[in-house]
Amino acid sequence: MKEIVVISGKGGTGKTSITASFAYLGADNIVVADCDVDAADLHMLLEPDFAKSEDFYSGEIADINQDLCIKCGECANVCRFNAIPIIDGQFVVNQLNCEGCGYCARICPVNAITNLDNNVGKWFISTTKLNSIMVHARLGIGAENSGKLVAKVKNEAKRIALETKKDFVLVDGSPGIGCPVVSSLSGASFVVIVTEATVSGLHDMKRVYELVKKFNLKAGCIINKYDLNLDVSTEIKSFLKAENIIHIANLPYDESFTRAMVEGKTIVETKKDKNNNLKSIIIDSWNKIKEETN
Amino acid sequence: MKIAIASGKGGTGKTTLSVNLAVFLSETYKTNNIVLIDLDVEEPNSGLFLNGKLISSESKYRMIPKWNPEKCTLCGNCQKVCNFHAVLKLGKKIAVFNELCHGCYACSELCPTGSLPMVKEKMGELKQFEVGNINFIESRLDIGQEQAVPLISQTIDFVENQFDDDSIFIYDSPPGTSCPVIEATKDADIVILITEPTPFGLHDLKLAIETMDELKQEYAVVINRANIGDDSVEKYCKERNIQIIAKIPNDRKIAEIYSKGELIYKQIPEMKEELKKIGKYIFEMKNGEKR
Repeated sequence: MKEIVVISGKGGTGKTSITASFAYLGADNIVVADCDVDAADLHMLLEPDFAKSEDFYSGEIADINQDLCIKCGECANVCRFNAIPIIDGQFVVNQLNCEGCGYCARICPVNAITNLDNNVGKWFISTTKLNSIMVHARLGIGAENSGKLVAKVKNEAKRIALETKKDFVLVDGSPGIGCPVVSSLSGASFVVIVTEATVSGLHDMKRVYELVKKFNLKAGCIINKYDLNLDVSTEIKSFLKAENIIHIANLPYDESFTRAMVEGKTIVETKKDKNNNLKSIIIDSWNKIKEETN
Repeated sequence: MKIAIASGKGGTGKTTLSVNLAVFLSETYKTNNIVLIDLDVEEPNSGLFLNGKLISSESKYRMIPKWNPEKCTLCGNCQKVCNFHAVLKLGKKIAVFNELCHGCYACSELCPTGSLPMVKEKMGELKQFEVGNINFIESRLDIGQEQAVPLISQTIDFVENQFDDDSIFIYDSPPGTSCPVIEATKDADIVILITEPTPFGLHDLKLAIETMDELKQEYAVVINRANIGDDSVEKYCKERNIQIIAKIPNDRKIAEIYSKGELIYKQIPEMKEELKKIGKYIFEMKNGEKR
């Protein structure tokens, strides 16, 4: 079983549209994992049924029992996160600021503080419209995206892929270079970086590739909107060459991607003749990626 | 006046709006109190569109514990008090896993022998530039550092200490709806949510709005690439009485100008018209004509 992780550094480069197309092409041989738990969009193209849903708890959050509190203020003193303000004469926990370190509870002289399990979201196991299995999640509002929910989604997808003898886990990652991205990269067999031919696309892919390099992972790159700026495209290609990153494909600037999305479809599902070119590039890309993971 | 430019979905035009708005405001209103701050510390892009003169540069640090074996009795209290499993007693050693540490100081301050003093660890770089009469601040997280929030928070502190309260602060925020966005938007006077009229755009806009409601934050919407998708974003905003302050047209030419790292409004008159609307909205708020 191989794990293919799609990331981009910069947001909005077409990561999810492309991942959904691969999910369509590899349908019965894939378990899909949407690891962009912060702004998950893949479900809009794959229509999962949310058949199994479970709360996800990660870390703790402090809770002050006002009946026991003697208002000594020690908790607020030791808190490094400004999470215990005084409101109407009472020491209360600001849940958005609390990191759940538990320091306040440990030093409270009257044991007025307890740590409650922190519900940070929900995760789901679904069957998609393609009859494939998809694991996905929804991070709670204001919850910390520590990477633990990402790890949960990924590990469940892996477990299911092994059990049902699928060849691939396909992971849609999140933008950036922080915890959630690190978490989605760990254990990857092959990383697909989707970038675009813009100065920011280039800048951001270089940064995220530094991270990929730290993990010693094999990577390939799809240049989206390559014809928007041929100079930047050339620069991206020389970077790929210098770093030994496989150049998987160039995709032209084409609003058919958006039109397909509005219809809730992946680009490979659309029938219009005009899209044949995009379609065949994506099919070739998927075949190439499969070969590279072998 | 603090204006945060945010969005749930990435790539909807936060940076485009932030840089174009900052330069437009400083030119149109001939003001020298515009401060643009790139808070997308994981992938900072604003600087690519601005030809700034570097004024200063400083490393930013966070505090983590470092084991000093001299007086350590290996009592293991540090491991017990760390909720993040960042401090472990391994045989006759105490190991600190920096990337797991949240900097709460519990292990350090509760150590009976003071064997885990807090020390500085570099997490990124803050740079200050002058772009014409705009002050531009960029913070950049070091690769391998996983937590953006401490750097965002220190950057906001820096900016608030450095510049006049009367300035117009424009925060180019990170994407998403979790901690980094909250850190970047929670102290703003107004959050401008930029989105695109597509199913992904609408879905992530709803998430961003839920987050802003949770923060009890005021917000308004700008639609980018208007007409590329459907009218569901407009319908949604209308139903919820959310003000749409501008609509940036969908135009391949805009994408091409962006791809080169140039400012859109200097070449596309329609963009300038939309920035005027946003400028008017901001100044009406600043002068207390709204709210």
